[in-house]
Amino acid sequence: MAVTLDDLKGNKQLADRTFRGATLMGGTAIAVILGLISWTIASKSSLAFRTEGLSFFTERRWAPADDVFGALSFIYGTAVTALIAVVLAVPVSLGIALFTTHVAPSWLKRPLVAMTDLVAVVPSVVFGLWGIIFLAPKLVPVFTKLSSWSDGIPILGSIFGKASAGRTFMTAGLILALMIIPIITSISREVILTCPPTDSDGALALGATRWEMITGAVLTHSAGGIVGAVMLGLGRAMGETIAAALVIGSSPAITANLFSSGDSLPSVIAFEWGEATSDTKRSALIAMGLTLFLMTLLVNFIANYVVNRAMKRMRGES
Amino acid sequence: MTTVLESSTGPAPISPLLTDLTTVSTRRRVKNTVMTTLMGMSVAVVAVVLFLVLATVASKGWSIVASEFPQWFTKDIQLSPRRPGPGMKAAIVGTLVATATATAIAVPLGIAGAVYLNEYGKTSLFARTLRFLSNVMAGVPSIVMGLFIYVFWVVPRGVDGLNGFSGALALACLMLPIVVRSTEEMLRLVPQNLRDASLALGATTSRTTLTVVIPRAASGIISGSLLAVARAAGETAPLIFTIGAAKRTNWNPFSGTNTSLSLQIYANAKESFPTAQERAWGAALTLIIVAFMFTFVARALSGRFAKNST
Repeated sequence: MAVTLDDLKGNKQLADRTFRGATLMGGTAIAVILGLISWTIASKSSLAFRTEGLSFFTERRWAPADDVFGALSFIYGTAVTALIAVVLAVPVSLGIALFTTHVAPSWLKRPLVAMTDLVAVVPSVVFGLWGIIFLAPKLVPVFTKLSSWSDGIPILGSIFGKASAGRTFMTAGLILALMIIPIITSISREVILTCPPTDSDGALALGATRWEMITGAVLTHSAGGIVGAVMLGLGRAMGETIAAALVIGSSPAITANLFSSGDSLPSVIAFEWGEATSDTKRSALIAMGLTLFLMTLLVNFIANYVVNRAMKRMRGES
Repeated sequence: MTTVLESSTGPAPISPLLTDLTTVSTRRRVKNTVMTTLMGMSVAVVAVVLFLVLATVASKGWSIVASEFPQWFTKDIQLSPRRPGPGMKAAIVGTLVATATATAIAVPLGIAGAVYLNEYGKTSLFARTLRFLSNVMAGVPSIVMGLFIYVFWVVPRGVDGLNGFSGALALACLMLPIVVRSTEEMLRLVPQNLRDASLALGATTSRTTLTVVIPRAASGIISGSLLAVARAAGETAPLIFTIGAAKRTNWNPFSGTNTSLSLQIYANAKESFPTAQERAWGAALTLIIVAFMFTFVARALSGRFAKNST
């Protein structure tokens, strides 16, 4: 049977359209999954919200035996550990990024990048295991010393309070900091590299020292992107589950004392899931998941917006 | 004003001016040195901590894996965490089964999505929205993915819902945005004139994509996917609610509960028995080796890709 040119064209067009449809499906899957996540989790947590009302967010007590499910202390724990992580990780990450781009000799650059990437490859549960068995016992004397030094000093005294154990807000913050260093470092590094050499060379030519060149030219140029990187790190720290669950101590508390055991949203979900047999408790844990989802969504929205805007501006300028 | 006038009228003494320019004040020099040292120290801190983590896992893990050598890989997991005894086969198999199934779901879907974004959608509002959503999805906590699959997939199926496939679905949700983003980056690196040449020869967009664009970006795509696989293999949170808690080897993803290396580490790390902790270190070493292997292959491939594209 002879095949005419029109037949071929028709077949080709059909194949082309089918292919396009298939790829479109792949793209839409993301939107569909995100929608399904929001919808299913919201609907399953409705039971908790019906029994607790909005006091779910303001109640500090978590007493499943009395059917009191308050998320406040977990929200607090999530915020505090994520903030500790960011405060510790940002200077270190910026230091690594700047060292890699502006200080290290060229043969050292690739190994440095590989090292930060290696940190990202270590599974979070391995960091958790290391934190709970190796690090936490070694931190107790450090915490005790720090708290006795700062005893009596107004604000420091209450932040570095009595250390009860090795598993604390601070321990979780330390482990989380380690885990978000790779993401903050790699994004900052890329943003820093977009700084046009005319700016940095110009600063050096005007007699600036390396540090003055970095603060004057590089950091002012890449501030927006770095803020975005920090926000992405914050989001990662808030959502990180297993490492935090292992080292935070799992006893809900709202206290300024960073050396006290606490609990956070993801860790309570992971920890109490096995014991959650009643529908209300499961629903309350899913509601915590919803809270966490919304918190990270907000942070990530802002982060992506900031990074995109900064990247666009930098491309436009250079 | 006066100084400017003076210097313009007569030759100014040059030497003191020059020394002013060439010597940097001590305060500025010290500040520069201190900050450079701090940068170096931040590198050192991370290097030391990374070394400590890896060394602890290697030494503690090696002692149990080596002392239980063949049985570690061939026997099921000890039923009681308190009793000593070999066996991590169930978890190794579980990790392989769940990760492989997740890869089979997420990688084709992710590549298709990336092809749509880069070859069809480009800068349309819809494509930009999808790109933004995939960035957002990459930031969704892994435990939320687990809860989602639990509510959406496991609950409707009851007790039978806890199996390797459910765990794989949760892992696939985690991998999808990573695959989409890395694949799109790689597709963007393919020179436009290759596409133009193929289209000029009469090939359709689908044919061009399948025979010109994707082969050109293949090693980059594979390397990005392997990084996603390494990430999924190490994840714990999505599996807690979805895969069950088996101690026996189960190769079948579609029926029966399963377990994974990460879950075994998590469960044993919480125990205070030394035997359980040893088991956790052994599983950690096994898992790290698996994750590093994927990453190593991915790096080798992406190195090749970088060479090809220049």
